[in-house]
Amino acid sequence: MSNKDQYKVHKEPFYQAQGKEVALYEAAYAARLPVMVKGPTGCGKSRFVEYMAWKLGKPLITVACNEDMTASDLVGRYLLDANGTRWLDGPLTTAARIGAICYLDEIVEARQDTTVVIHPLTDHRRTLPLDKKGELLEAHPDFQLVISYNPGYQNLMKDLKQSTKQRFTAFDFDYPGVKLETGIVAKETGTDEEMAAKLVKIGTTARNLKGHGLDEGISTRLLVYAATLIKGGVEPRDACRMALVRPITDDADIRETLDHAIDATFD
Amino acid sequence: MAEAHTEYEHPLMKGYREQLGFGFPQVAQVFEDCMAEALSALSREGIDAYLEYARFLCKMGRGAEPVLIFLEEWPSVATTLGESALPALKAFIHKMYKSPNGKAIVPFLQSLAATARRLHSQEQMQDYMDLTLDFMGRTTGSIHGIHTTFASPGLPEFFQQTPFLLSQVSIAGLKNWVEYGIRNYHDHPDRQRDYFSLQSADSRAMMQRERSGTLLFDNERKLDMYLRGLWNVSDHFVPYSLKFDELRKPIPYYDKLGIRLPDVFDDRNGVTGIDRYRAVLAHVVGHKRWTTAIFADNMSPFQRMSAEFLEDSRVEYLAMRQYPGLRRIFLALHPVPAEDACDPEQESAVRHRLAMLSRAILDANHPYQNPDIIEFAQRFHALMEQSESSTQEMADLAVAFGARTRRQSDQLPKIHFQDTEIDYRDDNRQMWKFIEEGDEEEAFDQNRKVELEEEIKGLPPRHYPEWDYNSQTYRPDWASVYEALHPKGNAADIDRLLDKHSALAKRLKRMLDLLKPQDKVRIRYQEEGSELDLDVALRSLIDFKGGATPDPRINMSHKTSGRNIAVMLLLDLSESLNESVFAGMGGKPPNSQKVAGSSQTILELSQEAVSLLAWAVDKLGDPFAIGGFHSDTRHDVRYLHIKGYSEQWNDEVKGRLAAMKAAYSTRMGAAMRHGAHYLENQKAEKKLMLILTDGEPSDVDTNDERLLIEDTRQAVKELDTKGIYTYCISLDPKADEYVRDIFGKQYTVIDNIQRLPERLPELFMALTK
Ligand SMILES: Nc1ncnc2c1ncn2[C@@H]1O[C@H](COP(=O)(O)OP(=O)(O)O)[C@@H](O)[C@H]1O
Ligand SMILES: [Mg+2]
Repeated sequence: MSNKDQYKVHKEPFYQAQGKEVALYEAAYAARLPVMVKGPTGCGKSRFVEYMAWKLGKPLITVACNEDMTASDLVGRYLLDANGTRWLDGPLTTAARIGAICYLDEIVEARQDTTVVIHPLTDHRRTLPLDKKGELLEAHPDFQLVISYNPGYQNLMKDLKQSTKQRFTAFDFDYPGVKLETGIVAKETGTDEEMAAKLVKIGTTARNLKGHGLDEGISTRLLVYAATLIKGGVEPRDACRMALVRPITDDADIRETLDHAIDATFD
Repeated sequence: MAEAHTEYEHPLMKGYREQLGFGFPQVAQVFEDCMAEALSALSREGIDAYLEYARFLCKMGRGAEPVLIFLEEWPSVATTLGESALPALKAFIHKMYKSPNGKAIVPFLQSLAATARRLHSQEQMQDYMDLTLDFMGRTTGSIHGIHTTFASPGLPEFFQQTPFLLSQVSIAGLKNWVEYGIRNYHDHPDRQRDYFSLQSADSRAMMQRERSGTLLFDNERKLDMYLRGLWNVSDHFVPYSLKFDELRKPIPYYDKLGIRLPDVFDDRNGVTGIDRYRAVLAHVVGHKRWTTAIFADNMSPFQRMSAEFLEDSRVEYLAMRQYPGLRRIFLALHPVPAEDACDPEQESAVRHRLAMLSRAILDANHPYQNPDIIEFAQRFHALMEQSESSTQEMADLAVAFGARTRRQSDQLPKIHFQDTEIDYRDDNRQMWKFIEEGDEEEAFDQNRKVELEEEIKGLPPRHYPEWDYNSQTYRPDWASVYEALHPKGNAADIDRLLDKHSALAKRLKRMLDLLKPQDKVRIRYQEEGSELDLDVALRSLIDFKGGATPDPRINMSHKTSGRNIAVMLLLDLSESLNESVFAGMGGKPPNSQKVAGSSQTILELSQEAVSLLAWAVDKLGDPFAIGGFHSDTRHDVRYLHIKGYSEQWNDEVKGRLAAMKAAYSTRMGAAMRHGAHYLENQKAEKKLMLILTDGEPSDVDTNDERLLIEDTRQAVKELDTKGIYTYCISLDPKADEYVRDIFGKQYTVIDNIQRLPERLPELFMALTK
């Protein structure tokens, strides 16, 4: 029980809904359908999942996927100790046992031979074979699998397999509209709406340049960073250059255009 | 192609040859090549004029060279400047011909194409020719007063340098530079030659001096980004020169063809040249966004001028509401007319009053005492605070201002101009409409270009469905795709292109080596593997003995070849590839063939890029095919086989690439479906279809623009379900409007086409690493 408790989201995370996603997620959860959250970096995918876990009162186990991750890192492994060997559940197994929402963040970062282990959990069987342990784990009725995925990567090798994609219901996220995003930045950081609106304006400038030398625009996350710096006393223009422009581009023309946008936005 | 005419000649070509008349043998050799280019670039009348003038040059008595150069260069000049540039050019050459400067005709013609690309409008070309005539007149035969017997010593040298000079200075700068040379060396033939061939030190120093200022030509990409990024719009830029029209100083304006801007801006009052361009663009965008044309008919000229001043202030006010930082720039550039500068007894003070009002509106700290100025500035702000106001409200306010401040002396012919010109503002031609005015849509040149029929028929067609978004259904067997082998050219041409890019190839090679699958890759930190990893095992053992939890991942394994991708490159070979884009700045002016700033067409650049890509993929060993396509209605979609999966990257394939040509339209969906059936049969884990195109899907039998866009989008979806990842590389800087609809996020727009040869292979590597 305490194990379960440790994964609970205790405090309500601030989440600003963009549309009907909260109700739709609840419906998907009610049917225990696996969910895929698509969208560019820093647009609120993780925050959304965290919020839903809180709202549903379910534990949340998040795994940040990476290239070095193996199937054992998800499922579990034997460890050696003084008394011989001992099995340790991986995060996916733990989630399936205790009935948590298992969130595999940035799933495409993991190698494909790793991600196939989730397949049996995503169909009607809802099982997880622990081959080494000789156990066939039946998922707890509360268990749900959620993955996030950024289709903007534009890398064929990192694209999800069609056979994997077809196992999920999907939410298409994008950066929120101007008004919503302004509200998010203001509420999240405590800056005033006027300042937040200016930051969003600069964010929009960069997003307009997407495909013209920029692969991705400025994320909501970066806007939150800039606001945080400003709140901490950094001069707004400096904060913007540091948090919004420098991280996203080395192209001199783009940098100059965005720097100008900053100067034009603050008087 | 050149050898083809010895045996058989197309009757059409024969006709053209006769039209030219008997020529020089050197001309006969290249004639067919020149005609091929001319036919794709010129209208029917244009062809006649072209041949007629070439005929004249033949008979001019200056040998074969002038004709040769003219035949070769004119089509590309005509695409840059428009066919209608010919009469002026003829007049100019005729003047040289009539003077002792006939020898300069050849160097003039030789530099013409490059010069035209730099100047890229007929107006600037005219400025250039006027300047040259002046130069000629002042340096010809003036030595020791002997009347026009000597040719200008500097002129031929000058022509050789113009393309370079124009890459360094604006046409106005060129004029100053020439002026200096003439003034100092008009009677020193040797020194004149040194000056105009850029040999002498003062010549170079003068050029450097004229270089000051921010050239539009160098900053188009930045300004394009400014429009897109800050205002979410895009438009063409058309330069004009300030120095040539000293009487009627041109001012910025915009119309269907684009935004007219000065070719150079110096820094002023702490505002950089680039920010001055931005100020003009912000003003113009302001009009485009917020001005609605009103009737001019019932307003007097003064009232109209006043309305323009106030409307200008309004759109700037609204622009500053979006970007408050603009105020600093406007304040620095807006003149501050002194209140007592104008004596209303002697001169008309209308402009003076309006400029003061405009300043007072912009600048809360304005120095003016005049109660009318103060009151109307307040009334302006009161209107704006409530809403966006409107053009009509500004006109009303202008009428009221006129009524209040009118003076008898306003009618005086002498108008006070000083400090009343606000040069980042446009001429406001878009603000007015006239009751009597018909819709004067420019009569569209219906003359379709003469087309050379290519004979490529072979296999029976394959039929593909097409998606009709109106009914949300497929039209079965709608498009007929004929596949044929691409004709062959000279493989050595491609090797030459690759040689030319050897430095780039070397760089790519280094990146390729990183991507290249090692035969066996060692994977460490495995719980299960084929071998014990001794290092890790020892470390684990030590941990274990020491009572810590050991890392169980003590094995390693081997994996072979990580790459398992099949690639298909689909080339859009439609007519538009012959046309082109001005470097970095959007769009296709109706006439322009070569990429500005270089002597290459998009087609040639694509050829280079594709060759480099093919070379790179070959090095990687991924299965790779290349196909080209174009279409002439749904009944005739051609798919040209360039390289198949089973073919090596060899001379056969290079030869086909070398012969790449562009014609007809772009029925992309059908071509993609056809390409896909090859790619589909590849046994690879990943399948990638790259599409290189410079425009949107379209065809001559389809009027509804959306139709083929929607069909292509549907084709992308179909391919996706077949496990084929499509990715579009667009060379159309204006592609955003449709390319995203079709390819979602799977596309890149390459604004700077000259970088295509390096960008294409880099993109491929980024996509597959
Ligand atoms: N809808 C939202 N409501 C609240 N905060 C948000 C929202 N969208 C983005 N954010 C902010 O942006 C940051 C990044 O969001 P995150 O969920 O981590 O992005 P992602 O998972 O998509 O990369 C969050 O920490 C939060 O500050
Ligand atoms: Mg104006």
